[in-house]
Amino acid sequence: MNQAYEIAHLLAGVMLVTSFALLYQERVAAVLNAFAAQSITLALAVAWAAWSDDRPDLFITALIALTLKGIVIPVALHRTVARLGIHREVEKVVGVGAALMVGLALTGLAQALVLKVATGMASHAREDLALALAIILLGFLMMIVRRNAVTQVVGFMSMENGLILAATGARGMPLVVEVSVAFSVLISLFVFAVFVFRIRERFDTVDLEALDRMRGDRR
Amino acid sequence: MTRDLVVQFLAQGAQMTLVLLIAPLAVGVVRRVKARLMRRQGPPLLQAYLDLAKLLRKESVIAEGASWLFRSAPYLIFALTWVAAALVPSFASGLMFNWAADVVALVAVLGAARALLALAGMDVGTSFGGIGSSREMMIATLAEPAMMLIVVTLAIAAGTTRLAGVADFFIAEPFAVRVSLALSLISLVIVALAENARIPVDNPATHLELTMVHEAMVLEYSGRHLALIEAASHLKLALYLSLLICLFAPFGMAPATAGLSGWAIGLAAWIAKLLAGAVLLGVWEVSIAKMRVFRLPDFVGIAFVFGFIAILLAFLTRGVFA
Amino acid sequence: MIHAYQLVVLIPYAAALILVAVPGYRVGAAANVAASAATFAAGLWLVVGEGIVSDYAIVDEFNIVFIAINTLVGFTTALFSASYIGHEIETGRLSPSFVRFYHAMFQAMMGSMNLSLIANNIGVMWVGLELATLITVVMVGLYRTPQAIEAAWKYFILASVGISLAFFGTILIYLAGQPALGEGVPAMTWSLLQAASARMDPAILDLAFIFLLIGYGTKVGLAPLHAWLPDAHAEGPTPISAVLSGLLLNVALYALLRFKMLVAGQPAALDPGPVMVVMGLVSLIFAAFMLYQRRDIKRLFAYSSIEHMGLIVFAFGMGGPLANFAGLLHMAMHSLTKSGIFFAVGHIAQAKGTQRIAEIRGLSVTHPRLAVVFALAVLAICGMPPFGVFTSEFLILTTTFAREPWLALLPAFGLLIGFGALLMRLQDTMFGEPVGPAHHVSASSVPMVLHLLLVLAAGIFLPPVLVAWFQRAAELLG
Repeated sequence: MNQAYEIAHLLAGVMLVTSFALLYQERVAAVLNAFAAQSITLALAVAWAAWSDDRPDLFITALIALTLKGIVIPVALHRTVARLGIHREVEKVVGVGAALMVGLALTGLAQALVLKVATGMASHAREDLALALAIILLGFLMMIVRRNAVTQVVGFMSMENGLILAATGARGMPLVVEVSVAFSVLISLFVFAVFVFRIRERFDTVDLEALDRMRGDRR
Repeated sequence: MTRDLVVQFLAQGAQMTLVLLIAPLAVGVVRRVKARLMRRQGPPLLQAYLDLAKLLRKESVIAEGASWLFRSAPYLIFALTWVAAALVPSFASGLMFNWAADVVALVAVLGAARALLALAGMDVGTSFGGIGSSREMMIATLAEPAMMLIVVTLAIAAGTTRLAGVADFFIAEPFAVRVSLALSLISLVIVALAENARIPVDNPATHLELTMVHEAMVLEYSGRHLALIEAASHLKLALYLSLLICLFAPFGMAPATAGLSGWAIGLAAWIAKLLAGAVLLGVWEVSIAKMRVFRLPDFVGIAFVFGFIAILLAFLTRGVFA
Repeated sequence: MIHAYQLVVLIPYAAALILVAVPGYRVGAAANVAASAATFAAGLWLVVGEGIVSDYAIVDEFNIVFIAINTLVGFTTALFSASYIGHEIETGRLSPSFVRFYHAMFQAMMGSMNLSLIANNIGVMWVGLELATLITVVMVGLYRTPQAIEAAWKYFILASVGISLAFFGTILIYLAGQPALGEGVPAMTWSLLQAASARMDPAILDLAFIFLLIGYGTKVGLAPLHAWLPDAHAEGPTPISAVLSGLLLNVALYALLRFKMLVAGQPAALDPGPVMVVMGLVSLIFAAFMLYQRRDIKRLFAYSSIEHMGLIVFAFGMGGPLANFAGLLHMAMHSLTKSGIFFAVGHIAQAKGTQRIAEIRGLSVTHPRLAVVFALAVLAICGMPPFGVFTSEFLILTTTFAREPWLALLPAFGLLIGFGALLMRLQDTMFGEPVGPAHHVSASSVPMVLHLLLVLAAGIFLPPVLVAWFQRAAELLG
């Protein structure tokens, strides 16, 4: 029993490491690889939860996470980046060191929040939730500190990974949520694909600072 | 009673000499593995010993403006590093001076050695020495705090900062996969790479001024001084490998009360693990490219971040926060 | 056996599937209107029918009003869009090949909003809102100009982040409900959670509500989470602006209120009232000041939406039967009035060929009837009697004054500032020498006139049935 939770936490910890890896990378291709690693780890974590908690419906979620977010989306994004000739370095708002430090603060914040709030929950569930919240916040941070449209969406998808991890940790959350999450991933990918093409088409770049000039409030 | 004392004394002395003797072998293994993986023949395994012997025989050329610091630094550095390396438990965990083998003391001793080396690098006034020293201190600024964070994590887990105590704790505990310890392991590996001037932090095989850190500081040394510094860097590598083994893979280590047979097993286990670590290091160095110097703070910063998270997670499992 | 509540969701989705295959504009528009009419009929059937509480669906006094308004405004918007989009295709803003996607997405969006409204499962509620959001994102970017793409991208990112945070809040609610209700579907069913809320851990409820407030609050357009709203309204097609302002903001607020009811059931939890009051006031006053510098007519009314949503959230934050009643009434009135205004704005934009206020002048000369309707609509949204908006604003101010006299000054101040700005702009567009082109507008005036009449009727005489609904819902809100 204890062993099962240890492995679940280890996988969640690896996901946290990949979240930091996402902030650390300077090239778009490396960011996509880190995201693929995170998604694959998520699939493993969900599959492990399915096996150890005896919830076979989670295997479907794990499979969806693995195929869609671990393979299909990174491959599609690699191809998009190559085809659009998107400048291979990620434009940064804040440097890597500062981003890592803020990420550290967010991780600490997530731990403190969950510890303070979830005193009624079992300790292993608390740890899972704290790690998931940290991953969500780190994904959010990545959306803020990186100016490239592709990495912004990767940050968002990494937020979704954290959400799926949180939903997995909440024992007994029914299938409807898992299916809906998977569905939303699909839709998000579709919308994103449409937009990256349009952005590239209209602005000749995916640096979001170019979009800033179109901000309407000055008109 | 006295016989016991003598045996203990001999055992501790054995550890001291052992680590000194085996360090060049570890370095030799690393070089050989790297060469073989690059499809070269590579130097013989004992080359490091031969190099040290050669250097000891040579004349030591010292620059005009060198001060007493420059002349005495190699001896001090060697002594400090040897003491540190001798304290890390290798084949047995309850040896005579193990009460002194506190991780914090270890960090302090190594820090002193590093400070001396940096000063010696600047002493002669060449620009290479200056570059090397400043880069070394930049790396140290992040690596030492990371090391301290690792120490704190281990202290939380094991309840003591004594290396022998930590080793005993991890031998006694059933094999538990814990996230905070895994993160400390990654952190310690990064710190070890940074401290030992290994790829991706520094390339020990080149003398290009753009990339040197450690080599730049020792550029002015020759003869017996260089031999001492080289020996010290070999010892440092052996120290860190031994530290990693002691903290994270201490199985096979003999407890305090074991007899000769226990020690023999411990010794065999330690040598095997040390050489295995050397092989892994060789494979790693061949697989990764060296980083730009400007990325080094980020890289070692990762060690700091992971060390911090490890502490946070360790607290989480204890529920220390109110 | 298909129930009425299932119809309000199934009809739009089925229509969406059919409309994807319908290429022509006329046929598609007609089918769109027909589907919306059918959905409205299903909504009416629900209104006259009994309330329902099942595993996945709930129809009670709280959401029946929203379902009715949703289906009604959906129908009138479809009517408006049928005549409006033709002009857009002619002028080349919208390419003909996209028309069928436009109609299909319109229906899918209505279906998703209805799904969210009737959902008893908090996960399904979230799914409906997420789907509606994603569809509106695509529709905002429909014209493919650089500004439209920027608006759609900003909307996408902000809305997605909001939705994700709301999902985390949903997970936390589940975790809070689990000890009381056991694992699985029961702990995600709103009605069961509401009944068991006194047994739920207050700390987890607090954290959950914060995430839900920020997440769904982004979709409601509360400052400082409003940044997507003006651009999205200005750059998307006018029917979508009408739906965004009139419906989507309401549905998001509805979801937030469901959770407020949940949290209110646990007395040890943080009282959501003060937070909502503050956020509402900030939105109200901020938007009121922002109304002055706007040069695009749609952006102007987008900020007006933020202002009104702020007022509504303020009212619900104050709490109590009268304030809640006023808030609900205002949600309904604002929905009707704002969508009516956007219909009128659509007419104006087509008549003058531009959205810039500086280029819209002398409407009373060139398009007198449109000018009259537009003037009445703007007066309505400003809160002039005898329109329904006046009733609700008056109620909010008086009940606040009765409880916290000094606090009442702030919304009054904000409303007056907004009033001034809108009136100024109304004068600018109404009077003066006509400037620029004056096209004939082929879009139907029926929807906006209908909305105005409804608001006027509600202002003069609110049927007892409606009053009873609102009162009961106000009680539920606590």
